Amino acid sequence: MKKKNKKSKLVSICIHITFLITCLLIIIPFVLTIGISISSEKDIYTYGYRIIPKNIDLSAYKLLFSAPEVIVNSYLVTILVVVIGAPLGLVMTAMIGYVISRKDYRYKKILTFFVVFTMLFSGGMVSYYMTMTKVLHVQNSLWALILPGLVSAYYIILMRGFMSDIPMEIIESSKIDGASEIKTFTKIILPLSKPALATIGLFMAFNYWNEWYNALLFMDGNKLVPLQLLLVRMLNSVDAMTSNPQVLQQMMMSGMDISTIPTLTLRMATAIVAVGPMLLVFPFFQKYFTKGITLGSVKG
Amino acid sequence: MKDFLKNEMILWKKNRGLTILTLPAVIVLIVMCYLPMFGIIIAFKDYNYSLGILNSPWNGFKNFEFFFKSSDAWRITRNTLLYNSAYLIAGTSISVLFAICMNELSKRWIKVYQTVMFIPYFISWIVVGYLMTSFLDTQYGLMNRIISTLGGNTIGWYNTKAYWPFILIFMNIWKYVGYNTVIYYATIIGIDPSYYEAAKLDGAGGIQMIKYITLPMLKKIIIILFILSLGNIFRGDFGLHYFGTNNAGALYSVTDVIDTYAFRALRQMGDIPMASAVSAFQSTVGCITILIANRIIKKIDADAALL
Repeated sequence: MKKKNKKSKLVSICIHITFLITCLLIIIPFVLTIGISISSEKDIYTYGYRIIPKNIDLSAYKLLFSAPEVIVNSYLVTILVVVIGAPLGLVMTAMIGYVISRKDYRYKKILTFFVVFTMLFSGGMVSYYMTMTKVLHVQNSLWALILPGLVSAYYIILMRGFMSDIPMEIIESSKIDGASEIKTFTKIILPLSKPALATIGLFMAFNYWNEWYNALLFMDGNKLVPLQLLLVRMLNSVDAMTSNPQVLQQMMMSGMDISTIPTLTLRMATAIVAVGPMLLVFPFFQKYFTKGITLGSVKG
Repeated sequence: MKDFLKNEMILWKKNRGLTILTLPAVIVLIVMCYLPMFGIIIAFKDYNYSLGILNSPWNGFKNFEFFFKSSDAWRITRNTLLYNSAYLIAGTSISVLFAICMNELSKRWIKVYQTVMFIPYFISWIVVGYLMTSFLDTQYGLMNRIISTLGGNTIGWYNTKAYWPFILIFMNIWKYVGYNTVIYYATIIGIDPSYYEAAKLDGAGGIQMIKYITLPMLKKIIIILFILSLGNIFRGDFGLHYFGTNNAGALYSVTDVIDTYAFRALRQMGDIPMASAVSAFQSTVGCITILIANRIIKKIDADAALL
């Protein structure tokens, strides 16, 4: 018996080591990027990127916050998209998900097929692009970022799974009390499905926050640049930050030498400022995500 | 006839309230999903900006001919299929292994590991691209610094093709392993504990229990998820293959997938006939594979099937 315990202890140590290495592989890239962002540009030219910087130099952050127009604007655009898109999409998803979860709804079958079919077949990228630009004319507007994420078959099916757990008796008793279907939905169903709404709502919010595909396809100008698109542009060249005349002017006014803009550290600092807040908030919501995924996978 | 109509009207009235609830989502789906389905006709047209979609002249299968005769067609299809298969096989086996290992740990540790492993799933590929450059940058990247400290020759990562299949597979696992592990782990903790108790009474060891209880119980969900992903095998991971590689031209022959190719054709070259042929090809074969996958799943577990 004792021998066995020793063996299982060894196994559990091995497992811990595996997971610790995995976690390190995930965390180190972030630490390295933070390290770069607080290095001095000169050190990078001589020593390269280091996890622990030789000299700590916050000039990249100072630069970012001395002329914050670009990044603040990107934050605002992203927040606006999340704040409009996620609640709007969530309500639409809840409404249709509830209706197709109702076994007594007459058009349940055809409507479910209508939803699921969008998972099977799509027009492809080009006709999607054409629809958005030539038919809806939403390029370079917030709608190009909001519309595509509003309703997706996957979340509708997930919502249907949650809602089908609500007992039919509750709905029927509400109807007997004389409530209309819409009133039943808002007064009874929505309060009952708070956990589902929280989970799916969070997924939608994070999706909107991380949205880059539509931004890349439809946003050309400098006005409505969400965070992710700003990062795309800066990955190609730091000019995205420094080509803004307003920013340049502010830099000059604050006595900065434009020829010595720390491009390498500035790029990483922007990435950190863009994802940092989300990474800090994330652990608090992780529970809901785990729940959402497992329920989704079990129910299909 | 009159009775029928009357009957329909009564039924409609009964369902009207619920139907109204579905309208917003239905309208969005029509506009965002069904309208582009008709847009697939662009692939059969010689698209002309000034004439628009409907008035551009028909072109038959010329766009497809042009695409399939180029060497690109084979290359991007092959890359898409091979990478997705590799992601699928490597990702599934590692996640299942991790889930089984996780089950041996205490709740407190599981939470810590899950939280950390979950982070990459919620980071966009763009940010991952940043993280990758801090390792792979030729001049300053950490990898080359380590190599040169050890006395080796530095590597121009973004123009050396040979490493990229491994880098891409590694990054794909890096990003999704936490997510997938959660799925399999949830299935494992859903297994009735009495199975394990009975096995223990019969004197089964840990490995035996995994082999004869955990794995068979996991089998169904592994197969279903596997086939579901097979259905998406023609959908390349645009984010990874575009931002992960910095869209480096020198790497196209080993990193380009259908999605990145179509995107460049549309947005960088403005070659709409070509781009539309590629994406029409992709969504048609994609649809067929999904239908086949769904058919197979239906035979295994009718509840898990899409339709």
